Amino acid sequence: MTDMRDDAPPATAKHGSGADHAGDLALEPNGDSLVSRSVTINRPRAELYRFWRDFSQLPTFMDNIVRVDVTGDRTSHWVVAAPGGSTVEWDAEITQDIEDEAIAWASTDGAGVANSGRIEFRDAGARGTVVTATILYDPPGGIVGKAVAKLFQREPAVQARRDLRRFKQLMETGEVATNAVNRQQHEEEIA
Amino acid sequence: MRALAWHGKHDVRVDTVDDPEIVNPRDAIIKVTSTAICGSDLHLYDGYIPTMKAGDILGHEFMGEVVETGPGSTLKKGQRVVVPFTISCGSCYHCGKQQYSACDNGNPADNQDIAQEVYGQPMSALFGYSHMTGGYAGGQAEYVRVPFSDVGPIVVPDGVDDDKVLFLSDILPTGWQAAEYAEIEPGDTVAVWGCGPVGLFAVQSAFLMGAERVIAIDHFPHRLELARKFGAETINFEETKVYEALQEMTGGIGPDACIDAVGLEAHGFFVDNVVDQIKASLFLGTDRTHSIRQAIVACRKGGRVSMPAVYGGIVDKFPLGAFMEKGLTLKTGQTHVQRYLPGLLNAIMEGKIDTTFLISHRLPLSQAPDGYKMFHDKQNEVTKIVLKPDLDRVAA
Ligand SMILES: NC(=O)c1ccc[n+]([C@@H]2O[C@H](COP(=O)([O-])OP(=O)(O)OC[C@H]3O[C@@H](n4cnc5c(N)ncnc54)[C@H](O)[C@@H]3O)[C@@H](O)[C@H]2O)c1
Ligand SMILES: [Zn+2]
Ligand SMILES: [Zn+2]
Repeated sequence: MTDMRDDAPPATAKHGSGADHAGDLALEPNGDSLVSRSVTINRPRAELYRFWRDFSQLPTFMDNIVRVDVTGDRTSHWVVAAPGGSTVEWDAEITQDIEDEAIAWASTDGAGVANSGRIEFRDAGARGTVVTATILYDPPGGIVGKAVAKLFQREPAVQARRDLRRFKQLMETGEVATNAVNRQQHEEEIA
Repeated sequence: MRALAWHGKHDVRVDTVDDPEIVNPRDAIIKVTSTAICGSDLHLYDGYIPTMKAGDILGHEFMGEVVETGPGSTLKKGQRVVVPFTISCGSCYHCGKQQYSACDNGNPADNQDIAQEVYGQPMSALFGYSHMTGGYAGGQAEYVRVPFSDVGPIVVPDGVDDDKVLFLSDILPTGWQAAEYAEIEPGDTVAVWGCGPVGLFAVQSAFLMGAERVIAIDHFPHRLELARKFGAETINFEETKVYEALQEMTGGIGPDACIDAVGLEAHGFFVDNVVDQIKASLFLGTDRTHSIRQAIVACRKGGRVSMPAVYGGIVDKFPLGAFMEKGLTLKTGQTHVQRYLPGLLNAIMEGKIDTTFLISHRLPLSQAPDGYKMFHDKQNEVTKIVLKPDLDRVAA
């Protein structure tokens, strides 16, 4: 890294996508769009790591993920909502697993939607844990492209931020905040 | 159920809407027995607050009876509770510091984006107060879904009148926090702009905190009269030059602390205010900030300015030079209601704070639209309107 101008994370660079730095972040170079967001959660690092390590729990706070089937110790199958009520699916594999610290995963070959992600947990003293999610993806065209656009919303950074906020709410309060007045409205919202 | 819904500027209606239910584990459902119209509601009524949607149920000052609880609630059916207007989780970093109105978690994730863009950080959630602060249905209704009911509501002892404790929901702690933020020292003179409910509770609180003199400013004779009852000296800004009067009344020093309890709809024919009003009417800005400008200029060197008044946007001609050169301190914010509830409930029970003097009108919920119009048009006589859904139930 010779062109480092300051200490800020690559995803906050004014120029370029920051994707060139994927390697520094221990991400598989799947794609050229990099999104990275941090949130501080008032819970111990180990607890957050444990919750996230079970990928089947991700849909409780990630809006567009319908289901993640854990198929092996390091493998999983992702089902993501696509426009028109259909779904897009892919297999993913854990590429890095440091207990209580970080988990990285990547879609396997032939996924159609190449993507990879990494979640990192760092102690923040009395404030709990800083959680940083980094996602690298390759926005394709066509129907799958639309699905991906929906998965990450038009602004992937916004979607990542919302998902992290919901993760924080769930971990800190035991529930995900909603302004729904009744259960039917709530179900329509999360569908 | 019946509830007061916002439909646009100066258009609020009592609609029939879906009953609320328990949605999350920590929820409770409250059957409302008393709910007030607030000065902050007038900002919504006048269309000054963005991110409102037609059909939004208003109201953030309410109390009632617990009729249903989720498995995570600590409340019990039949208890009477006053509900803080701030929705706070009790478990985030800010709640841990008792900064309840800065709670990270009450506001749904999607609703946090707006304030994140506009203010740099997402706002916490409030009942019945636009989508930027959560889009939660408010308390001017027969029933309300109260999230985090194990943290917010305070249980009221049996036999105590609603009217005595209702204002714990907002304006009493707001007036109290305003005085606390003025960091009053014995012997201080405190000036309070605005003798609405917030200003009047700030007057009472300032004396309880040791102020020697309180000077209250408004233009409504009846409201000034209420301030005088609590021991304040008064200035009617339509009769008197406020800055000059404050200098003379403090021997040329200026008040030690200034409290702005007016907010973004300051009245009066002052050049800056007229410019603000024209800009607001052209949507070039929404805030009219005459009172906070005047408070900063009037304040003594090294003094404190406390601003409970609500502002939403960007202001022009903020006297930043006076603020810096005089070395002032400004404290402001939505009230950390939960922080003050036990202490203030005690003060009410011991008769140290009078709350019922404020109520000028009690109306059935069905007459809420008239209530808004009255509170808006006749501020001199109408000091506080309390809506009672039971008055409709009796009539029915
Ligand atoms: N910080 C909080 O959490 C919080 C909570 C509740 C209310 N508020 C805000 O506090 C403010 C006051 O609330 P309220 O219910 O007392 O409102 P209110 O409208 O009843 O009272 C405002 C008073 O200010 C007076 N006034 C107008 N222009 C003035 C001027 N130029 N100089 C002196 N007085 C002037 C009006 O005549 C009126 O009596 C509002 O902005 C409200 O939104 C803030
Ligand atoms: Zn209020
Ligand atoms: Zn909180």
